Amino acid sequence: MQQDLGFSGDSRPPFWRDERILAILSQVIVVALVAGLLYFLYSNLMAALRVRFTNPISFDFWGQTASFDIKEYLIPYSRASTYGRAFWVGLLNTLIVAILGIIFATIFGIFIGVMRLSRNFLVSRIAGAYVDFFRNIPLLLLLIFWSQAVFLKLPRVQQAVVLPGPVFLSQRGVAVPWGTPTDSWSLFLYILLAGLVVALLAGVVLRQISLRTSYKPIISLWVVGILLAVAMIGWVVLPAPLLFTYPELTGFNTRGGRVLSPEFMAILSGLVIYTAAFIAEIVRSGIQAVAKGQREAAAALGLTGFQTLRLVIFPQALRVIIPPLTSQYLNLTKNSSLAIAVGYPDLFAVAGNTIRNQTGREIEVFLLVMGVYLTLSLFTSLIMNLYNQRIRLVER
Amino acid sequence: MTTAAHVSTTRVLLPPRTSNGLLGWLRKNLFGSVFDTILTLLALSFLYLVLRPLLTWIFTTDWSVIPANFTLILRGPYPEEAVGRLWICLYLLFGLAGFSWGIWFRRLQVVTILVLLLPTLLALIPFLAIYNKMNLLVGEGVILVAYLVGRFWPQAWARIVWYLWLAGLLVIPFLLYGNQNPPLLLPLVPSNLWGGLLLTLLLAVFGIVLSFPLGVTLALGRQSNFPAFRLLSVIYIEFIRGVPLITLLFMGQAMLQYFLPPGTPTIDRVIRALVAITLFSAAYTAENVRGGLQAIPKGQYEAAHALGLNAFQTTFFIILPQALRAVVPVLVGQFIALFKDTSLVAIVGLFDLLGIGRTILSNPDWLGNHQQIYLFIAVIYWLFCYAMAYGSRRLERSLAVGER
Repeated sequence: MQQDLGFSGDSRPPFWRDERILAILSQVIVVALVAGLLYFLYSNLMAALRVRFTNPISFDFWGQTASFDIKEYLIPYSRASTYGRAFWVGLLNTLIVAILGIIFATIFGIFIGVMRLSRNFLVSRIAGAYVDFFRNIPLLLLLIFWSQAVFLKLPRVQQAVVLPGPVFLSQRGVAVPWGTPTDSWSLFLYILLAGLVVALLAGVVLRQISLRTSYKPIISLWVVGILLAVAMIGWVVLPAPLLFTYPELTGFNTRGGRVLSPEFMAILSGLVIYTAAFIAEIVRSGIQAVAKGQREAAAALGLTGFQTLRLVIFPQALRVIIPPLTSQYLNLTKNSSLAIAVGYPDLFAVAGNTIRNQTGREIEVFLLVMGVYLTLSLFTSLIMNLYNQRIRLVER
Repeated sequence: MTTAAHVSTTRVLLPPRTSNGLLGWLRKNLFGSVFDTILTLLALSFLYLVLRPLLTWIFTTDWSVIPANFTLILRGPYPEEAVGRLWICLYLLFGLAGFSWGIWFRRLQVVTILVLLLPTLLALIPFLAIYNKMNLLVGEGVILVAYLVGRFWPQAWARIVWYLWLAGLLVIPFLLYGNQNPPLLLPLVPSNLWGGLLLTLLLAVFGIVLSFPLGVTLALGRQSNFPAFRLLSVIYIEFIRGVPLITLLFMGQAMLQYFLPPGTPTIDRVIRALVAITLFSAAYTAENVRGGLQAIPKGQYEAAHALGLNAFQTTFFIILPQALRAVVPVLVGQFIALFKDTSLVAIVGLFDLLGIGRTILSNPDWLGNHQQIYLFIAVIYWLFCYAMAYGSRRLERSLAVGER
């Protein structure tokens, strides 16, 4: 009866040509190969580590006494602190450089980018030369030059360069006026928080108004204005939340204010100068990417120059600017690890170098350090992606 | 009388404000409005404040550290007696460059002429030894002959250029490294004697070339329909792009040996750095190639499918050639970034361009010459990067990728 037995195979290709089976098979093979490779590396690593330590992987060092000095710390630290504490000190140092670097590089970069677009020949050429120069030299070279040939070549304290402020530039670093928190500081912080809430609420309300009516306020200006107003009221009402001291020369040192170390200034200003060149180019191309017709249409509608910029050019340019800007922020954060070359104790210098050398726990330290950078990168790109989604073009 | 009346009725028309000529240019570009004038004055005073001390410094500084260490900056501690091999490598590169230019740029343009005259231009550097100048003149001969050969090479055989470059890249490290036996022919020059610009170029070129296969594989994996491939590629790419190169370099120096079977002979420091650079660069190559893959219209896949090509044929004969051509300028950009990033090997103790600069500065004879050395090295980096960026822009135009 079933004479087509011999043909039943023909209705379906042999398994080595069946795409469904091939798909699964190829994935299984590749995954097995990768897993095998990883296992090979892992077993070699374990074998090598067992020669050196009784337990190959251990984070015991975390609680042990570090017994090395770190020159700069934002949280209390001494030689008697633990390795874990040292790790946090390094992490905070990295964060402060990265955050300040991003803020200043953005401001400076936008400034240079706008200069580049100026119709004034000299201004645009100066900006162009700046961009062309700094984009084409290695950051590390800039940092080393900056710290060794500029900040370490500054005069001794006695002959410090005085800038208005007063700001003292010397080998010891940059002394700036600084405010020390007084008793009322924490209360002032609460007032600031309240001001922030009020300002944000006002922003939401204004946005709703601008969506429903023809009144188009500059929302961000209002938000900042309200926040500043609340801050000023708080400042006047409370008895001086910050006590300002100004640096002054006292023989061999400066007293008062705060001294920013040359290492910190070198890494921060180096990162800002370098990244600003890239941001300037991104801003320029973003603004130029807005079609000429948009500007003409805005002019035809009777918008003023500033309105054109704020309502037509800028929102559209922002869409082009945000993705590459994100990767520049990521680069800046990762590049802050070059602080090791100028002697600033960031995460990589403290953990990746000092702790690793002292404890010999290489794989553990590398895992921790890489994990932190990875988290920072993912976190930054998450925030920027959320922002990007908010401002992207809504296709109708 | 009549003439006077005539004169009085004629209104004297002012000539139109010039919009061309020097005055017109100045008015248009520098003094268009009050604001513009203020900007111009600010810019001028800025230039005066920056350029004057800079130029004064350049012309009053003792630059003798540069000629004294020039060969060290170029090739590091590479031994004098093996220097002939470097020249052979350089001739090889000149020959390849001349041949390629002959095939690609048949019209003699300014850039072509500059490339062809490069050895002569280099020979004009004042403090080069006469021996080096002679060698550069031989190089000039090589590049010109190679250009002429390329110029009249049949277009149908143009593809041979790529194989020649590949062969050249294989031969060069062998020439540089030499061999232990037989010892007479090419004595061994261990890579801890490679340095200066030589090492920087080697790391950058081999970093990008070696990362290419891995990068393309990862890009294909990320675009694949198979979830396992996608996942593996994404994990690798995002991990590498999320950590700084310097962590990978340190890890390569400190830990690469641990990952190999016990008893493996110690891996040379340059190779360890190269492994880290290659693994790092591959993730970036993958993302760039992915950009090219995404730009391929869906119709290309469908057409290939309709022609009965299988997945392998579609990828390698239809998709990849188009995708790679589209990303050539981006890859040049990546190469520039990598070229700059190789300076990080100085931190792990290799003598690349930057590392050799630091070595020179630690020599008691040249203490305190930081500004001169670093500025000179910056100029070398800048010239290479700027030339490549310029070349890439031209290449983009000649490939006309934008209009495809």
